[in-house]
This record gives sequence, structure tokens and C-alpha cells, in this order.
Amino acid sequence: MRKLQFHPCGNFRQTYREEITIFETDFGRMWVLIGIVLLFAVIPFISSAYMVYILNTIGIYAIAAIGLNLLIGYTGQISLGHGAFFGVGAYAGAVLATKTGLPFVLAVPAAGLVTAAVGMVFGVPSARLKHLYLCIATLAGQFILEYVFVQWEGLTGGAEGISVIGTTLFGIDLGNDRVFYFVIFGCLVVMTWIAVNLIRTRFGRAFIAIRDNDRAAEGMGIPIFRYKLLSFAISSFYAGFAGALYAFYMISITPEPFNLWLSIEFIAMIIIGGLGSIPGSVLGAVFIVSLNEILSNITQYLMNVGTSSGVAITIAPLREFVFGLVIILFILFEPKGLAEVWRIVRSNFRLWPFSY
Amino acid sequence: MEFFLQLLVNGISLGFLYALSALGFVMIFKSSSVLNFAHGELLAIGAFLFLVLSSWANLPIIVAFAFTLIGSFSLGFIIERFFLRRLIGEALIEVIMLTVGLSIMFKGLLLFIFGGDIHNYRQFLPEGLSITWGSIGIPSVYVASFIIGILFLILFGFFFKYSSQGIYMRSVADNQPAALSLGVHVRRVFALSWAIAALVCAMSGIVLGIINGVNVHELSSIGLKVFPVVILGGLDSIGGAIIGGIIIGLLETFTGGYISTSLREVIPYIVLVLILMVKPYGLFGLVEIERV
Repeated sequence: MRKLQFHPCGNFRQTYREEITIFETDFGRMWVLIGIVLLFAVIPFISSAYMVYILNTIGIYAIAAIGLNLLIGYTGQISLGHGAFFGVGAYAGAVLATKTGLPFVLAVPAAGLVTAAVGMVFGVPSARLKHLYLCIATLAGQFILEYVFVQWEGLTGGAEGISVIGTTLFGIDLGNDRVFYFVIFGCLVVMTWIAVNLIRTRFGRAFIAIRDNDRAAEGMGIPIFRYKLLSFAISSFYAGFAGALYAFYMISITPEPFNLWLSIEFIAMIIIGGLGSIPGSVLGAVFIVSLNEILSNITQYLMNVGTSSGVAITIAPLREFVFGLVIILFILFEPKGLAEVWRIVRSNFRLWPFSY
Repeated sequence: MEFFLQLLVNGISLGFLYALSALGFVMIFKSSSVLNFAHGELLAIGAFLFLVLSSWANLPIIVAFAFTLIGSFSLGFIIERFFLRRLIGEALIEVIMLTVGLSIMFKGLLLFIFGGDIHNYRQFLPEGLSITWGSIGIPSVYVASFIIGILFLILFGFFFKYSSQGIYMRSVADNQPAALSLGVHVRRVFALSWAIAALVCAMSGIVLGIINGVNVHELSSIGLKVFPVVILGGLDSIGGAIIGGIIIGLLETFTGGYISTSLREVIPYIVLVLILMVKPYGLFGLVEIERV
């Protein structure tokens, strides 16, 4: 049996294998296992119905945020159309389930693949465009896709949307939130595992090379355009996968939720969570969804108080104000996001009382 | 034929409004290469400031106008000083998200104070400005916006060409390290360009407010319409912004008139994608050749 590993006092890595390892210590691995056990065996049974709903939303958004982080945080290609891709996945899943009768197990990955194809179409401009031009091109993609959702009535049902009822997985009825919880978090764990490992492969390292210096990457023999397209495809696959889960979870979908605001929320998640950090994307999703819930609860409470006293009816926009403020404060004061905060807290504990 | 002419006139007037609202955007981009997503909110702030001063505080129009310009000038200065300056040299995504955050914050604040209703200015433009030409009429506001637009274009042309600050701005836009080493105060240039841009935004916001009424949602959505306009014209060209605005305006009214009204809202973005694929630096933009 090999020795237990602890944190060394410094960087003593000698092989590339040590460099790309996921868990630096056995304690890290243990904590992740404990976390997974808690996630599946404890949390769903002690949470109220409302908490389960929030957790499910977090899980779905976290999958999409991981995808966006692969694109923005690792490959350095900015996309403002992630919300629309999420919508493409939702519609693809719903259409596949209702029109072709594909079962849930197949419909969700298939929706991911459809979205990946759409994402690659909108990734084509990245062949010629960089930085802010690409950013504007994806913004245009967002608006065009929104238009398609509303106008292609034969497929999407227009403004009325589609409803998917009676989803089952291997004979189990998924109408229950608590049952769906296991599906969502099962997917989240698998997708996180795939993403973390993807970064260690040559594809992931090529992505990082493109982000850091695209010209040098090209010079080292990385076919940039192909890898950028691949990155768009993978990121859209994640978005589509999450979108399809969203469609099956929400039962009925309309074009409204998949607007620019959703894209901005996704970017906010990965910025607040930490660009170029997979756990950061999950943390960001937790943060943004909780913030949204807390803010809407507060405004609702204030509005109830307001209707009785007749003052604070227009308090609702303050929610947007706080949301914008949080984004700004994070960018100004902790641009590396919650992942960095977490690292600092952890190392403070580890080094206590002799922190330097 | 008459329908066509009316559409043409409408399109050009609308395009001029777009061009006018794009000017501030181009100003900022030209000097600091910041893509300003809070542009629509800057328009709205200017429009509301004028509303408060002219209609609610009942100041004379000229005084209200002057105070609005001073107010938004300082606002632009403050935004640069407290938010954008800290991000000089940071990654693009952070700068973009900062302006997105600013836009959300401002929008929330404006909605909180003024609500989502349409407010109107009191009537102050002279009626004699309107032009009637056969059956086609151009209302006086459009004529006024046309005059203001032309005036500003000339003013900025001279500013960039001859004034020392304008030359500094161009030098910073062209090559920041070189400008720094030649003794240009780059930070001051950034601050000044934000201040001037906010001032121009306020002016455009007032014109838009006179025409459509002052409404937070509408003005902030114009902030997004600016993207096709400036991309078409070239991000760093003020003349290009005017022509881009007119093209987009014509495109919108003609699509709305002949094809379908729902397509009208998206057509600028479809054109935008096509242009980006064929001619990424727009019709009049500075071409930076870089192969990757």
C-alpha cells in the first residue's frame, strides 16, 4: 500500500504525472467522496420541497456553467449566446421527446448533440474573429436564436411553447422533484468528472494554449480553428444537455427564459465562481441561484409590507441593482472568483497558526 | 411609390437616431477599446436627468440642457475613475462584464426611481422646423435631430483632427505604449473620453426622449441596437457610425414595410453576422491584419 499523501511545504513536483493530478492529497479525495455521499444520501432527505427545487435549479445551471467555463475560462473565446444554446437544448429535448417519442435517456444526450451542432455553426466566425468581434457575433447569435424560438411555430410552438409530460426513466416516474434530484445531480457529477479530466488531456491543454497565446499555439502545431470549434461544440453540448434537463424538469417551456439575461447570468456565474476553474463554475451557479432566490424573497417580503403600508411597491428593480452591484464588486475586488476565496480560506486553515 | 418614399424618409430619420446614439459608443471604443454594454443606460440617464430638470424642476430649457450636459459629463468621469480605471490591462471578459454589471445596476436604479412608464417632456421645439413635402412629412424633432447630428459630426471631426486632446485620444487609440512613452497622459485621455462620451449619450438620449418619450426599457434596448450600427460602419469610425446607422435604419423600415414586422427586430443582427464573416472591420473601420 502506498503512503498517504499530505501537502508538501513547497512545490516539489518531479513528474508531469504529479503536475496534472486532480487530487493533490488523499484528504482531497476523501472530502470529495464524503461530499458525494452527503449529496446523494443525506441532502435530498433532509431538505424541504422548496430547497430541493432550488438545488435542482442549481444543478442544471451548474452543468451549463461548466460548459461555458470550458469555452471562456479555458479556451478564451467569449460567448454571449450561452443562454440561447441552453434554449436550443431545451427545445431539442422537448421536440425529440414529444414528436419522435425518444425516451428520456436518449433524448437528453441527443439534445446535447443537436446543440453542439448549432454551437459549431455559431463558432464558425471564430475562425476569423477574435475578442470583442467574436463577442458581438455571439450576441447576434443570441438574438437570432431567440427569434427562431418564437417564429418557428411548427417546431417550437411559438410563444405558447411545448409541454413534456410523463417523463420516465427506466420505468420510474420523474414527475417528482426528489426523484429528479438524483437524475440532475448524477448528471452533474458525471459531467464535472468529464470536464475535469478533459482539461488534463491534450485537448484541454490545447485549449489552454490557445487562451494564453493563440499565435504561439499555432506555432507549436495546434490547429487553432479546429480546436476552437471543438471547444464551441463541447461547451454547447454542456449547455444543450443542461437545457434538455431543464425542459424535462420544468415540464413546459416557452421562449422567454432563454434571453440575453440568461446568457449574462451564466457569464456572471463563471466570473463570480472563477474563470478557468471547474469547481468554481459550480460555486458560481450556487452563488447566483441563491442570490436570485434571496433577492426575490426579500423583494417579495418588502412588497407585501409595502402593499399594507402603501409605500414600497416599486422595490422590485432593486433586485437588478444588487445583482449588478455584486458582479461589479467581484470583478473589482476578487477577479479570480469564489474558487480563489475558497483556496485562500483553505490554506489559512492549513497553515494556521503559522501562516506567513 | 409614395409608400416607398415614406419608408425611405422614415428609415433615414430612424437611422440618424441610431447614428446619433452610436456616437458616444464609438468615442469610448476609439480611445480605450472598451465595448460599453452600459451604453443604453447612459442614454437613459441623460434623458431622465433632463426630464427631472426641465419638467419637474421647471428650469428654463437652456439651463436644464446645460445642467444635464454637466451632470452626465461628471458621471462619465466618475464611471471611468472608479470602475474602468482599475481594469486597465485586465482581460477583455472582465471589462465587458463590468460594463454589463454597470448596465444592470443603472437600469435597476432608474426603474426604481422612475418606474417602467413612459414619461414625456413638455413641448419646446418650434413647430416651424417640420418639413412637408407633398404627402410626406418630416416632424420637427427629426429635423432637429438631423441638425444636432450634423453639428456634432463637424464638431468632433475638428476636435479629433486639430485639438491637442483629440490628437492625444487618437494616439492612445492607435498605440497605447507608444503614446505613453511620448508623454501622453493616457489615464486622463481615458477619463476625458468617457466624460465626453457620456455627454454625447445624454444629448442623444434627450433627442430619443423627445421622439419616443422617455422609457427605461426602450432606451436601454437601443444600447444593444448600437452594435450592428457600429460594426457595419467600423467600430472606430465616427463617419462610419453615421452611415451604418442610416443603413440599419433603412433596412429595418424596409423589412418592416415589405416583409414582416417581426423580422424587423432581428434583421440588423443577421446582417451583423454576415458582415462579420465577410468584412470583420466594417465598411470604414481600421483594418488590423493579424493572422492566427
